[in-house]
Amino acid sequence: MTTTTSENSENTSGGQQPPGNRPKGLGAIGWARWVWRTLTSMRTALILLFLLALGAIPGSILPQNVVSVDEVNAYFRENPELAPWLDRLYLFDVFSSPWYGAIYLLLFVSLAGCVLPRALVHAKAVRARPVPTPRNLGRMPYVARFSTDASPETALERVGGVLRGYRTERYGDSVSAETGYLREVGNVLFHLALLALLLALAAGAFFGYRGNMLIVEGDGFANTLPSYDAVYPGHWTDTDQFEPFTMHLDSFEASFIEEGDLRGQAESYVAEVTYTEAPGEPERQHRLEVNHPLSVDGVQVYLLGHGYAPEFEVRNADGDVVFDQAVPFLHRETRSYTSDGVIKVPDTGGEEIGFVGVFLPTAAEDAEGELTSTFPGPENPAVTLEAYRGDLGMSEPQSVYQLRTTGMEELGESPVMAVGDTWELPEEAGSVTFKGYKQYATLQSNRDGARLPALGAATTAVAGLLLTLFVRPRRVWVRATRGADGRTRVELAGLGKTEAAGDNSEFHEITKQLAGRLRSESDDNPRTPSDPPESTTRGSDR
Amino acid sequence: MTYTLAGPVDETMASASDTLIIAMIVAYAAALFLFAIEAAYGRRTRLRAGRLMPVGAGAVENADDGDIEVEVRTSEGTAQASQSVLGRIALGVTALGFAFSVAQVVTRGLAAGRWPWGNMFEFVVAMCLVAVGALLYASWRYQARFLGAFVLVPVLLLLGIGVRWLYVDPGPLIPALHSYWVPIHVTAVIIAGGAFMVSGVTGVTYLVAHRAEARRALGEKVAGIAGRLPSSELLDRISHRFILFAFPLWTFGVIAGSIWADEAWGRFWGWDPKEVWSFISWVVYAAYLHARATGGWRGPKATWINVIGFLTVMFNFFAVNYMFSGLHSYA
Ligand code: HEM
Repeated sequence: MTTTTSENSENTSGGQQPPGNRPKGLGAIGWARWVWRTLTSMRTALILLFLLALGAIPGSILPQNVVSVDEVNAYFRENPELAPWLDRLYLFDVFSSPWYGAIYLLLFVSLAGCVLPRALVHAKAVRARPVPTPRNLGRMPYVARFSTDASPETALERVGGVLRGYRTERYGDSVSAETGYLREVGNVLFHLALLALLLALAAGAFFGYRGNMLIVEGDGFANTLPSYDAVYPGHWTDTDQFEPFTMHLDSFEASFIEEGDLRGQAESYVAEVTYTEAPGEPERQHRLEVNHPLSVDGVQVYLLGHGYAPEFEVRNADGDVVFDQAVPFLHRETRSYTSDGVIKVPDTGGEEIGFVGVFLPTAAEDAEGELTSTFPGPENPAVTLEAYRGDLGMSEPQSVYQLRTTGMEELGESPVMAVGDTWELPEEAGSVTFKGYKQYATLQSNRDGARLPALGAATTAVAGLLLTLFVRPRRVWVRATRGADGRTRVELAGLGKTEAAGDNSEFHEITKQLAGRLRSESDDNPRTPSDPPESTTRGSDR
Repeated sequence: MTYTLAGPVDETMASASDTLIIAMIVAYAAALFLFAIEAAYGRRTRLRAGRLMPVGAGAVENADDGDIEVEVRTSEGTAQASQSVLGRIALGVTALGFAFSVAQVVTRGLAAGRWPWGNMFEFVVAMCLVAVGALLYASWRYQARFLGAFVLVPVLLLLGIGVRWLYVDPGPLIPALHSYWVPIHVTAVIIAGGAFMVSGVTGVTYLVAHRAEARRALGEKVAGIAGRLPSSELLDRISHRFILFAFPLWTFGVIAGSIWADEAWGRFWGWDPKEVWSFISWVVYAAYLHARATGGWRGPKATWINVIGFLTVMFNFFAVNYMFSGLHSYA
């Protein structure tokens, strides 16, 4: 691997020599070496970067399982022909697909193969002395010459004083100086930090978990597998050993904009929770908001959404209370929060009863006389119910949000019920009372051990990047010799290794300072003007 | 349960802000006209040597304070640009438009009572503010006034789109945007976006200049603005310069965004379309930087990567907000 020590001002090296001269009849080792060289070349890195970007595109166009399983299912329903084919190409799981994995694994190997040797080379270079002064300085991009009455020895001794931040080394009648080592340090740091980031992300994905739950105001939650509505563990996550915290939803408040064009847009959500880190630990309070998660024992708990849980009391034909509970309803959309839900009453003493309900936080009639909700906040809460009697089919697993009506007979539809209203069921099947409503919060818990390591790696990467992009490595050589006239000829050459044309201005500044110092040093001596340089044109007016 | 009223919108400020945006568009349009005349009919003038401007090949320079003999040798030719007094006027008018733009953002913020980049319209306006700021900076620092005729084209286009299709009245934000990471993240991304825009436009100018030079080398005459552009080498440096500034900032912006995502949605990276595309842009710009360091890729090829990079930024901006559903839909 070539390091950036080439003497041209253009930094075109960077990687290794381009691959291409493939070994002819070198056998397995030759091939292996060729493969490795090709893989770790800049050109391959470039191509892999492109593939990484290209491969990500379908991941943004097609619905992804990591983002929303529902959308993927919807896509399957709408495109029954195409979807299975896309699925075979892992196009609904792009970022965990074997082909995308292959790209980033190759990039990972390429990166490691490129950067680790470079780091070793550079570890030596950082300690190395500046290179010996070339014999002919006249070919450098910047060369300045002047004469002084100070001795060559004095001239070379003063160089250190004007080269701030440079590392200097004396070579006979010259001084060689170099600065900007941090650029390469930054480059190595940046690429290593990317490796670390990839490793951290992989570890997090393998050992972490994510889970969703719904808690009604006044209810609690214990962090165990069965308490979740859905859990997404990593490959090597131990699902029996979740952190043993518990929490309780004390209250939930949502506020919405009431007036203007934005009426109905949510303004804030606040959930007050009480939690304990582990059994026996003291209770603590936390105010859970959208950007204010709860962090407990390495697990983050976030507020995802909210909804209404109307409370119902159901009595059987004899007037006994057989059901008294808040039932979470799911909203159809967020502008009105019109919500759907199901009430299942298996134990009535007689036949099983079920209801399909609609909850309207702000019930009103629209232009066609249809009942709708006009605002997400509960300004005029109402429910309508359809009652069914028969077999709920609870012996088989089923969703709590759906009523299986196949084995049931419809009893009838309720009138619009306000809070406190009771509907006497037809055929003396009992009654149902809409007692009020609670709110519920949907929460997500997440344990991802990679969060902090990933942040550390990313921060390091930015720091390394800033060094790589803004530190300008450059070299200066000063040679001082006694001329035929007895005066000292000083020659100063500068070489910038990056593209900043400003380097020359800096070298010129150094020359002027050096000349100035030497002049003040020899002020007692009479000053003999040197010959005016021939053929000088004003190159620039700085 | 409480249902609070949204913070009142200051109507005076809101209408001042709407007037300012029109004034700003008028100023930029006038400046663009003048810049275009300068580019097409100005006199080719040598630029002063400076930070990105090399002194002429083999020039020997006699420093002011006597007796130092200097030789500067660089591989590039001298930097020249088409200049005329109209360009100075154009720069002044651009600066005026920029002042309107700053005032517009401030009044809009005052009107809504919050930081003024919370929706698509505000993003576009802020990004144009940054792009014009970058143009003014480049004119001052690199004497790159000649970029005016190019940079103001997408600026006017975006402002037009913003006013015509994206406009919304000042108002409060959705809860997901109530985080101090939002101004940090969005500010970084907007500033980087503006700088990417100037870099991309300079890249396109580079491609034109590069072709003109190639044709001239074949002995053809190149007429019009293309024939009067500064050397492609200089354009390439300026374009690269803005990437050097924007790429780390974009990286930071993506990190800040993932910290916010972690607080708001419980994961710092979830391959949401917006995240995917900011990742794509990041990778493309990393590829650009690698291409410049790879033999055979410097020049037009690398510049095309830069232009593609800017297209991905724009795609992320418009298409992802309107075409895909995701957590980032504030449209
Ligand atoms: C995720 C992948 C990568 C990213 C984001 C990335 C990013 C960068 C950046 C931003 C630079 C600075 C360019 C400059 O100095 O102007 C750089 C330089 C460099 N990268 Fe990478 N890189 C990646 C992968 C690789 C790989 C796989 C290799 C090895 C084959 C590699 C080798 C290099 C080298 C040698 C340089 C120094 C170029 C120079 O001296 O100017 N990079 N990289």
